[in-house]
Amino acid sequence: MTAELETWGMEEALGARMPPTLRVLRYHLYTYMRTWRSSLTTSFLAPVLYLAAMGVGLGSLINRHVGTVGGVKYLDFVAPGLLASSAMQVAASDSMYPVMAAIKWIRTYYAMLATPLRVLDVLLGHFAWVTARLVLTAVTYLGVMAAFGTVRSPLAVLAVPAAILTGLGFSSVISAFAASQENDQGFATISRMGLIPLFLLSTTFFPLAQLPGWMHPVAYATPLYHGVDLCRMLVLGNVDWVSAGWDLAYLVALCALGAWLARRLFERRLVI
Amino acid sequence: MVSARRLFKHFEELVAVDHVDFDIVRGESFGFLGPNGAGKTSTMRMIACMSPKSGGELTVLGMDPETRGPDIRARIGLVPQEDSLDLQLTVLDNLMIYGRYFDLPKKVIGERAASLLEFAQLTERAHDTVEPLSGGMKRRLTIARALISEPDLLILDEPTTGLDPQARHLLWDRLYRLKSRGVTLIITTHYMDEAEQLCDRLVVMDKGKIAASGSPASLIERYSTREVLELRFPPDAGPSRNALAGIAERVELLPDRVLLYTESGDRALAEVGARGITPLTWLVRRSTLEDVFLSLTGRTLID
Repeated sequence: MTAELETWGMEEALGARMPPTLRVLRYHLYTYMRTWRSSLTTSFLAPVLYLAAMGVGLGSLINRHVGTVGGVKYLDFVAPGLLASSAMQVAASDSMYPVMAAIKWIRTYYAMLATPLRVLDVLLGHFAWVTARLVLTAVTYLGVMAAFGTVRSPLAVLAVPAAILTGLGFSSVISAFAASQENDQGFATISRMGLIPLFLLSTTFFPLAQLPGWMHPVAYATPLYHGVDLCRMLVLGNVDWVSAGWDLAYLVALCALGAWLARRLFERRLVI
Repeated sequence: MVSARRLFKHFEELVAVDHVDFDIVRGESFGFLGPNGAGKTSTMRMIACMSPKSGGELTVLGMDPETRGPDIRARIGLVPQEDSLDLQLTVLDNLMIYGRYFDLPKKVIGERAASLLEFAQLTERAHDTVEPLSGGMKRRLTIARALISEPDLLILDEPTTGLDPQARHLLWDRLYRLKSRGVTLIITTHYMDEAEQLCDRLVVMDKGKIAASGSPASLIERYSTREVLELRFPPDAGPSRNALAGIAERVELLPDRVLLYTESGDRALAEVGARGITPLTWLVRRSTLEDVFLSLTGRTLID
């Protein structure tokens, strides 16, 4: 079955001439069309399951024995944390094996680079695709959260770009890492030593105050903490604009650093 | 179409292409013949604007690859050594996607894809995924894909490596057709028969340098004799160089056989017999590019 890209409306919107970055994005959409059904189910089911298990299941226990967490029900507390965490996970998984496959296994990037496309186009197209995935993830998550009744402020809409920014921060750094690797062994290490500890300890599941004092600077130094903090303030509507500013600055800086690194390492890897 | 002067490429310590000069003109089929590691692929990647040169001059289609890479690549078709097809997509999708990288309108790609699939004898497989296709089919698809932009120049890096003889001959036939349509071909290969079959002109590369250049026939004429007598002996029982002295213009003692370069193989064989040397088997054949390479470098093309 030939995937019909025109359903995405890109052809009509842009006419015949399409910027190189979007040609790469179109490739990713094209391949995604083949698997979107299973993937869509997962991206819808994951938030439902997480919110049900963590928020409702674990939450009822916590609410009964501890009372509120950070001034709200546990479900309300944990939901925005899960939003930011899943943005991290989606972005990371799209930036590890797929990048390595496009360099080493399927060699898609080399096929692209034999055409008028440049390394920068390939890289930006990849980030555009990750962004598209993050939009889908964040909007779905927020929708499910609304259905669970955890959205407490119209500012929650801004949690979507906040989650996307969080994801892109991880995507850029991990893509750069993937482009520097000879095999996929490093990815398991990233997951074990990086993503899972971040997921568990970056205040997704409990407030920073629960960590011992010496851990606070450590948590504050990690990117997911800022993503969670930002999403949580926006969804709950209790925004401290100073710390939100710091969160934003941190995430933007991470994206910039990651993009710069990725550009360098993609060039070094693909143009020899 | 392509002009190189003192073209140079190194990877850290390793010198891959060592100051080579060559010119490729429109409509010809130009070959780079040499063993693995001779610098063929590095040269080809520089021509395809996928790899920057380290020194010297290179002009492709009248443009400088350093500044006009995307413009040059828009007019080049590249068939890389390793296939880079999207295995999960269908044959047709692979062509569609690739055409889109060139920003061709969908309608144009569709029309071209139909005739290219015909050309590549893949029409019946158009809607099958690529993964289960044979090596020969994948190669033909890669060639079809490289032609989707109707390039002025088609670059093929080791086009038949890893294919069985039947698939190779089919591919040669397709390349021959392209050549007769006036497409300029650049072919790198370590198969001398491929170079003889397909190339109007070629350069013999060894260790990053060009050892010789010319048409296959002129190279054979210049660097070899008309015929070759090949003799095989039991291991370690071959004759010494002295025992064969004077029989042929040139003698090569290889681990598995002895080659006598001569105008007449039959006469040389009679002389071998007259000297009481009895090989296990013998063969009289005409000289090939393999012999040219051996004469130039003292080594065989394929180890």
